[in-house]
Amino acid sequence: MRNFSNTYIFIFSAVMVIIVAVLLSFVAMQLKPLQDMNKEIERMGDILGSVGKAEDASEVKDKKAYINEEFDKYITSTYVIDFDGNIVERDAFEVTLNIKVQTDKPVEERVFPIFVFTGSEGETKYIVPLRGKGLWGPIWGYVAFNPDMNSIYGAVYDHAKETPGLGSEINADFFEHAFRGRKIFNEAGEFVSVEVVKGGTSDDNLYGVDAISGGTITSKALEDMLMDNFQGYVKHFKEKAETN
Amino acid sequence: MTDKEPLFSAKNMKLLREPLGASNPITVQVLGICSALAITVKLEPSIVLAISVLVVMAVSNVVISLMRKIIPPRIRIIVQLVVIATMVILVDEVLQAYAYDVSKQLSVFVGLIITNCIIMGRLEAFALANKPWPAFLDGVGNAFGYGMILILVAFFRELLGSGTLLDIQIIPKAIYEMGYVNNGLMVLPPMALIVVGIFIWIQRSRNKDLIEQK
Repeated sequence: MRNFSNTYIFIFSAVMVIIVAVLLSFVAMQLKPLQDMNKEIERMGDILGSVGKAEDASEVKDKKAYINEEFDKYITSTYVIDFDGNIVERDAFEVTLNIKVQTDKPVEERVFPIFVFTGSEGETKYIVPLRGKGLWGPIWGYVAFNPDMNSIYGAVYDHAKETPGLGSEINADFFEHAFRGRKIFNEAGEFVSVEVVKGGTSDDNLYGVDAISGGTITSKALEDMLMDNFQGYVKHFKEKAETN
Repeated sequence: MTDKEPLFSAKNMKLLREPLGASNPITVQVLGICSALAITVKLEPSIVLAISVLVVMAVSNVVISLMRKIIPPRIRIIVQLVVIATMVILVDEVLQAYAYDVSKQLSVFVGLIITNCIIMGRLEAFALANKPWPAFLDGVGNAFGYGMILILVAFFRELLGSGTLLDIQIIPKAIYEMGYVNNGLMVLPPMALIVVGIFIWIQRSRNKDLIEQK
C-alpha cells in the first residue's frame, strides 16, 4: 500500500469536494423546474383534499392535468388578507407556495391566503393553509371551514420527516377525520383554536381531538401550528361569519 | 496479466450469483434490514428502493474501483461516504423530479441508503481491491440480492395485508364476501421481520452449509 503525503491528502479531498459540489449543483439546477411543478401539483391536491376532492388522483393516469382541472373547477376564488382583515393585492397560491416566508414573521406582519371552494351543489367552503414546526422538520396542512367560519369541514396535514409510525401519523385519515366538525370559537365567541389532547378526549369535545400515541411532540406542534396560523384569520372570520 | 479475462468468466459470474443465494446480504449477512422492514408494506416503493440501491451500489462500486489507486488509505472511509452520499443525493433529486409520489413514500429511506451497510461493506471489502468490471458485477449482484428479498417480502405483505399488488386488487371481492379478511398484522413492521425470518429458515433448511456449527 502506497504512502500518501499529507499535502496529497489535502489536495485530493479538496478536488473531490469541488467535483462533487459542481456535479450536485448542476443536477439540482437542472431538475428544479420539474420538482417545483411537482410541489405545486401537490399543494393543489392537498387544498382539494381538505374538502374531500381529488382523493383518487393517484389512480388517474395524467395526475397533473387532472389536479389542474379539478382545481380550476372547484376553487372559484382566492384572496389574501392582512392581520386586520383587509384584502391585500397578492396571489393566494403564490403566497401559499412560499408560506414559510409568512410564518417566519410575527403574526401582525403576515398576510393570510384564503381559497374559496364551491362544490357541485353550490356549497361554499373556505380553505386556509397552515405551516408549523414539527419534531424533526416542518409540518403543514390545509383546513377547510364551513361558511359559519367556525366549524371545520375537513383537514389534511402532512410533514417532511416526522418519526415514521408515530408523529408521521398526522397525515393518516383517522387523525385528519377527527377534526371534522370541531370548532375554533367557543360559545362566547372567543377564539380557542382546536386542542390536541394527550390521553384522549371524547367526541363531544368540540374544541379538541385525540393526540397521537407516541407522537406527543408532533401532536403538540400541530396544536401550536393551528393556534399560530388561525389567529391571523380571527378578525376576518368574525366579520365574514356575520355577512355569510 | 496479459491474457484478458472474458467479461463473463466463471469467476465473474460467481460475483453476480453468490449474493442471490449463499451470501445474500439480507438473509445471510443480515445487512440492510432497517430499510427492508420499513418500506416493504407495498410493492411499488420496494421496487423503487431496490432500483435506487442498485444504481447507487453499481455506480459507487465502479467509481471507488476506478479511484482505488489514488485514494489515500487514511481517508478511504470518508471518500467512500462522499461517493455514496453523492450518488444517493442524485438518485433522490431524480426521484423528486420524476417519481414525486414514490419519493414521498420512501421519505427518509432514500437518504438512508447512505447508511445502508451493504453498500459500504461492498466498497470496503471488494471495490477497493478489484478492477471496475468485477466491482460493477459485485455491486449489481449484491443489489439484486437485496432487492430480491425486498420485493419478495413486499409481495407477500401487500398481497396478504392489503389484498393488492402494485395497488391493483388481486384477491377478488367474492372471497371477501365469503368472510376473508386482510391480515392487518402484515402491514405492520414486525411482520416484515417474521417474513424475512421465514425466508432465512427456508434458505437454511435447503442449504445446510449456512447453518453455524456449534
